[in-house]
Amino acid sequence: MVPVSYYVGLSAVLFSIGALGVLIRRNPIVIFMSVELMLNSANLVLVAYARTYAELSGQIFVFFVMTVAAAEVAVGLALIVTIFRTRKSIDIDQMNILKG
Amino acid sequence: MTPTLILFFILALAAVASALAMLFARNAIIAALLLIVNFMTVAILYLILEAPFIAVAQVTVYAGAIMVLFLFVIMLLGAEQTGRTPARWWLQPASLVLGGLLLVEIVVIFMGLFTAPPAAAKLPSGFGSPVAVGEALFSRYALPFEATSILLLIAMIGAIVLTRVEKK
Repeated sequence: MVPVSYYVGLSAVLFSIGALGVLIRRNPIVIFMSVELMLNSANLVLVAYARTYAELSGQIFVFFVMTVAAAEVAVGLALIVTIFRTRKSIDIDQMNILKG
Repeated sequence: MTPTLILFFILALAAVASALAMLFARNAIIAALLLIVNFMTVAILYLILEAPFIAVAQVTVYAGAIMVLFLFVIMLLGAEQTGRTPARWWLQPASLVLGGLLLVEIVVIFMGLFTAPPAAAKLPSGFGSPVAVGEALFSRYALPFEATSILLLIAMIGAIVLTRVEKK
C-alpha cells in the first residue's frame, strides 16, 4: 500500500512541470499539452484520495474532468488552426492582436 | 519495500522523466509522444489505485483520442519546430524561478494540511469497476452527466464553426 502523500508529491511535481511548460515554451501546441499535463496531475490526486476514503465521487469527478479536457482540446486546436490560417504562423509571440 | 511501492517508484520516475523530456523536447511530435508515455504511466497508477474504469478511459480518451488530435494538428500545420527563442531574455530564467516557487508552495500547503495521514478505508467489492461508476453516473450524477453531453455538443459545433472556410 503506497501512502497517499506519495501520490500528492508526484502530482505536485507533474503539475509544476506543466506550469513551467506553459511559461517556458513558445509553441502554442506544446503549451496546450502542458495544460493537459496539469489537468492530469490533478486527476491523479482525485483518484488517490478516492482510494483512501473509499469514496467513488473522486473517480466520477475525474471522468468529468476528462470530458471537459476533450471539449477544451477540440475548441483550442480549432482556434490554433484558424490562427495559423489567417497569420500563416503560430508563434505565440506574434499572437498579440485580437483582430482576425 | 513492498512490490507495489517499488512499482510506484518506477512509474513515478517514468512519469516525471517523460514530463521533463516533454518540457525540453525541441520537436513538438516528440513532445506529444512523450506525453502519451506520461499518460500511460498515470493509467497504470490508476490501476494500482483500484480505478480500472478511469484507467481505461485515460488510455482511450487521453492517450487515444486527444493525443491523436494533437498529432494530427501538429502534422497538418507543420508546426514541429516553432519559436525557439523567447522574445525577452529574462522570460526563461524568470519562469524557472516561478515554477520552482509553485512546486514549493504546493508541497508546503499539502504537507501543512497533512496532519494525520488517513488510513486507507476498506473498499467495497467492485469499487471503481465500470458497473459501480456507471451506477453512480446515471443516478446521483445524472444531471452533471447530461450537462457534459451539452458541453461536448457545444465544443463540437464550436470547432466546426471556427475551422469553417467562408466562401466569398
